[in-house]
Amino acid sequence: MSAAPAPGVGAKAPADDSARPVGQSRWTPYALLSPGLLWLSVFLVVTTIMLLPMSLSSGRAFSGDGTFSFDWQFANYADAWTQYVVDTPIFQKSLIYALIATVLTLVIAYPLAYTIAFKAGRWKNFLLVLVIAPFFTSFLLRTNAWQTILVDTGPVVSFMEASGMLSVFHAINTPDSWPSWAQIFPEGLSAENRVLATPLAVIIGLAYNFLPFMTLPLYASLERIDVRLIEAATDLYSSAWTAFRKVTFPLSLPGVVAGTLLTFIPAAGDPVNPALLGSTSDALMGNAIDAQFKATGNYPLAAALSVLLMVVIVAMVAVYVRRAGTEELV
Amino acid sequence: MTDQNPFSNPVSGVRNTGLSRRGFLRGVGATGAAAAGASLLAACGSDGDTDTDTGGSDEKILNFANWPLYIDTKRVDGVKAYPTLEAFEEQTGIQVNYSEPVNDNEEYFAKVRPVLAANKDVGVDSFVLTDWMASKLINLTWLEELDKSNIPNWENITSALKEPTFDPNRDYSLPWQSGVTGIAYDSSVTGEVASITDLFTNPDLNGAITVLKEMRDTMGLILLDQGADPADFTPDEWGSALEALSAAKDSGQIRQFTGNNYAQLLAQRTIAACVAWSGDVIQLQFDNPDIKFLIPEAGGMLWSDNMLIPINAQHKANAEAWMNHYYDPKVAAELAAWVNYICPVDGAQEELAKTDPDLAENPLIFPTPAELDQLAIFKALNDEEETQYADDFQSIAV
Repeated sequence: MSAAPAPGVGAKAPADDSARPVGQSRWTPYALLSPGLLWLSVFLVVTTIMLLPMSLSSGRAFSGDGTFSFDWQFANYADAWTQYVVDTPIFQKSLIYALIATVLTLVIAYPLAYTIAFKAGRWKNFLLVLVIAPFFTSFLLRTNAWQTILVDTGPVVSFMEASGMLSVFHAINTPDSWPSWAQIFPEGLSAENRVLATPLAVIIGLAYNFLPFMTLPLYASLERIDVRLIEAATDLYSSAWTAFRKVTFPLSLPGVVAGTLLTFIPAAGDPVNPALLGSTSDALMGNAIDAQFKATGNYPLAAALSVLLMVVIVAMVAVYVRRAGTEELV
Repeated sequence: MTDQNPFSNPVSGVRNTGLSRRGFLRGVGATGAAAAGASLLAACGSDGDTDTDTGGSDEKILNFANWPLYIDTKRVDGVKAYPTLEAFEEQTGIQVNYSEPVNDNEEYFAKVRPVLAANKDVGVDSFVLTDWMASKLINLTWLEELDKSNIPNWENITSALKEPTFDPNRDYSLPWQSGVTGIAYDSSVTGEVASITDLFTNPDLNGAITVLKEMRDTMGLILLDQGADPADFTPDEWGSALEALSAAKDSGQIRQFTGNNYAQLLAQRTIAACVAWSGDVIQLQFDNPDIKFLIPEAGGMLWSDNMLIPINAQHKANAEAWMNHYYDPKVAAELAAWVNYICPVDGAQEELAKTDPDLAENPLIFPTPAELDQLAIFKALNDEEETQYADDFQSIAV
């Protein structure tokens, strides 16, 4: 899946504080890090590295003797490119669906986190518990529940249809004249009379499922902001909006970056939301990898797709983090 | 003749497949028949590759792996009991370790593949997998040939299942239970959906149908609909079946390619009709009698879940004794009375008639030979075909 939830992201570099507290061995940081490093190296690094030779092998799980031979099959990458980028824009769709879901999540989570951090008073802890409450039920069940919420004949869809929202979403599409690799929403963001089995449902599902991952880092960043800075800004005759734009938001950027990464990366590889909420045209990379692995037994192609997705995401994240200029994430 | 009566009308043919072994409840399946038996003497493997170390042991043990809810059970004093399994244990003195780890052909295959590829013992003497996966395992030479002299009852296999193309002499596989793939629809939402053409082109069903992700189920029905034989079709016929599928996808007719979850979609009326496994539909009908199942006039797909013995199985002869036990019509009748799938054993119907005449008349469990003949089994694929067909189908399905 979004295989490497970014090696660089989760694992924070050990702060090399030269001012070591007296009496601590210089090995202490390494000792403290070792459980995490061991875990990550066995279950992430090693398995990720194993993907590479598989992605350059030939063979099928369901034919021949069911084994694979490593023979520098770069053709796997060519196949992945032709099938999932050129012929059908599944790769591009994954990134764009995930991007839209991430922006949507940010728009929803920011005011939420802001309210909890600055306005909630004694309700703060309670609201935080509510944010993580969905984790008390299974991811699958929650996604399944959206099938019921968005059911064609249900109140949500009826309302969206009656209020004209669906017509607007339906009108957002990629023109027929565009080449096949750019056909992200050939039938529109939603259908005229339903949401399920359209891109919109997948995006809603992704945004919903990853909302807590956006909210919590945002909250952590906002909560740390020294309110006196905002007061100082208003003392200097800035409007509330300018104070937000020039003080609060920049100071919350580490949270924005962390939250968007924690949302975008898993969303780009998620197979569950597209499978349960999307149509035949909404398959994303997670589904493609799943299908190549399970249905056709083409492990090498599945591995090549995984590597491709991982490389692209890591590259995008690197550029993004650099741009955002946040040395101290989180 | 398989008329098009919905499943709910028991007069028509084969519709009965079992509850949902594959279904959302992961239902019924076949029990695994574990192998039982004869380990007494025979253990040294009548043929095949019994390795020296594993050449089979004389232990009176059988490890059997099956799909969940695929064997008769009852509660005795609050404890789960397995009547037919226990009868086997009593008769043979073999202790059966019955487990239900098989949820999905591919997934189970992925688990045993590395072990079998290394020519090791998977720790299970027999498991139950669907035809096409059995076919793969045969091609990979990862199965032991059955010693029919340990399974005299195998002769009771119903004629429609006796000579599948993937294992023409039933040298490696015996069906545990069989089932049918056909069309399910909600009669409160749509009229009868009698054929794949209807399913794929009726404008009222646009965006309201699903087909199965299983290539053989979906493509088999399309091939039949176009007058081709899934057991023996030409590349042209395959190509035109693909086109039909592709056209239905492009027109937006097909809402999703599904696994088990179509049952839920049908139940909540998100879809009006779909390609379905009859067993699931029986389950759905308990809650909603409007849901019907029919086998298109052009034919439906017949599949079986087969008992197989992997190479290096420790208790091969016991597994064969188990197979023999479940091909005894009396035992098969007892199993059929509990599991709603098609019973693969001739004579079971007569046995069941003695104890439960009504059930024995249920065409959903005992289709007539003529009804069975209306069903097709997908042909065995060689490596090249397997790869090509799977890729062709996958390019549309994802």
